[in-house]
Amino acid sequence: MQQTRQTQPQSGSRVYIGPGTDRRSDFFKRLKRDLFINKSLYLLVLPVVIFYIIFHYKPMYGAIIAFKQYAPAKGVLGSPWVGFDHFVRFFSSHSFWRIFRNTFLISFYSLLFGFPAPIILALLLNELKNEKFKRTVQTISYLPHFISLVVVAGMIKDFTVTDGIINDFIELFGGERVPILQKAELFRPVYIISGIWQEIGWGSIIYLAALSGISQELYEAAMIDGAGRFKQVIHVTIPGIAPTIIIMLILRIGQLMNVGYEKIILLYNPSTYETADVISSYVYRVGLLEFSWSYSAAVGLFNSVVNFILVIAANWVSRRVTETSLW
Amino acid sequence: MAKIKKSAGEIIFDCFNILFMIFIIVITLYPMLYVAFASFSDSARLLQHRGLLLKPLGFNLNAYKLVFKNPMIVKGYGNTIFIVVVGVTLNIMMTSLGAYFMSRKNVMLKGPITFLFVFTMFFSGGMVPFYLTVKDLGITNTLWSTIIPFLINTYNMIIMRTAFLAIPDSLEESAKLDGAGHFTILARIVLPLSKAVIAVMVLYYAVEKWNGWFWASVFIRNRELYPLQVILREILLQNDTNAMTGGINAMDQEAISESVKYATIMVATVPVLCVYPFLQKYFVKGVLIGSVKG
Repeated sequence: MQQTRQTQPQSGSRVYIGPGTDRRSDFFKRLKRDLFINKSLYLLVLPVVIFYIIFHYKPMYGAIIAFKQYAPAKGVLGSPWVGFDHFVRFFSSHSFWRIFRNTFLISFYSLLFGFPAPIILALLLNELKNEKFKRTVQTISYLPHFISLVVVAGMIKDFTVTDGIINDFIELFGGERVPILQKAELFRPVYIISGIWQEIGWGSIIYLAALSGISQELYEAAMIDGAGRFKQVIHVTIPGIAPTIIIMLILRIGQLMNVGYEKIILLYNPSTYETADVISSYVYRVGLLEFSWSYSAAVGLFNSVVNFILVIAANWVSRRVTETSLW
Repeated sequence: MAKIKKSAGEIIFDCFNILFMIFIIVITLYPMLYVAFASFSDSARLLQHRGLLLKPLGFNLNAYKLVFKNPMIVKGYGNTIFIVVVGVTLNIMMTSLGAYFMSRKNVMLKGPITFLFVFTMFFSGGMVPFYLTVKDLGITNTLWSTIIPFLINTYNMIIMRTAFLAIPDSLEESAKLDGAGHFTILARIVLPLSKAVIAVMVLYYAVEKWNGWFWASVFIRNRELYPLQVILREILLQNDTNAMTGGINAMDQEAISESVKYATIMVATVPVLCVYPFLQKYFVKGVLIGSVKG
């Protein structure tokens, strides 16, 4: 996925359209020749291009309903323009701050607690001497990644109800039984802890690969210098995986306003909307359940634009800081 | 010194590390074991039980019998299998076409077309316009609505392209000299040499399809066409006892539904869990291909 700075950008590098008509006609001549030579290749990729146009670019065009009062009977083109009305309504509604804050906070806490977890697991796995035990732990830790979200949410719900197993423990230690999923203040911890449970093992794969790439000689040199195991981790292991950590961190920051809505939709309920409702779950509810097409499309478009800016910014920072970037 | 002795601190650390790993194993496996034990348990006893469950309470298969007698679940299973088999086949075909194109050299429009694909990873029109697009095509309320709009996952296509790039050019060049066209090169040379990445793709897409519920719940209104996960959602999260017991008029519907719930989870999850350990080396490979230069 990542590309180093030296590599040519993927697009446009071969196409030069100069000011002169000579060059332009030359370009079209070459294009014509290319289309002829590679005819069968373009024919092969045609279904893929059509797929992208229909299912990715048509919705982008369809997003202009955010600036219209869309009525299904009139279609996208026939519906009247309303300019930025839906955006204004959204920014001035009381929902705006709630869902903006929730999106940011859920994402931020996931980053704060969920990002280091697989790194720590990978470092600890790396210290295990018994290869077989290590592999067993790895295989088991991947398991939750394959369990469907519906089942994960179902288990969370079952374990957190008032007479569920978690409340049995709370009572055992002298606490009061609480309906955990009905408590707004507990939603984020439940979401983030279960998220760590789901992804800690899967997330560690990439760091384990980076760890296995560290040269054994570095460890030997450190040992000769008298570094104990702990010092080796600080001075050899962590610097060795630092580039991977930085890349993963930048990728995560680019996704900061892009919270996985499926688990939220499965777990939240009106009593936890205050802390649980994020931008995309709001779009889902208002758009697909209450059919406010244009308004929800405006909210969704706002989210897409914010996400896009964040990715561009993260990539720019990455290119500056680490000389590694997505493009 | 022949051998470096471990210091006391190191020994303590190693012990704690092993304990921590055992903790990871327990918290990962226990929820699934709990579900397994509960599914074999006697419903009435399960309802009264408090605390950890270390073995099934009693042992019977009543819950499973009810699950397999429930027409909704059986149909859901069939729908999901259709979506996985047909969907993944089409996924692989389309993804390899795109990946093959992206891995070619000396093609003038490769840059713009690749950009057309990759740009969609960073910007989208949003959920609502996407829904309206699919609705306008008239495929909602069919199983195709869970297949056709999701034919290609761009990230997977890039993984596949990276694998295709690793195939030596000389093989393709000699095939070209023999007069082979692009389709022949793809079908006869590139795909047979990419079995590992295809295994990864099949696994990724199959898990995505097997576990998918969101768009199915949005697009499909006809209950006969619900895939398994949508039914599972009704049972587990929306407390639809009718979906659970298939409308049978049981006196103790609540008690029965408790263990049926767990049996349904088992039936929906075990197939995936049976497959993944064997494919482990492949999907680890997939994560790695995806992470290196693209």
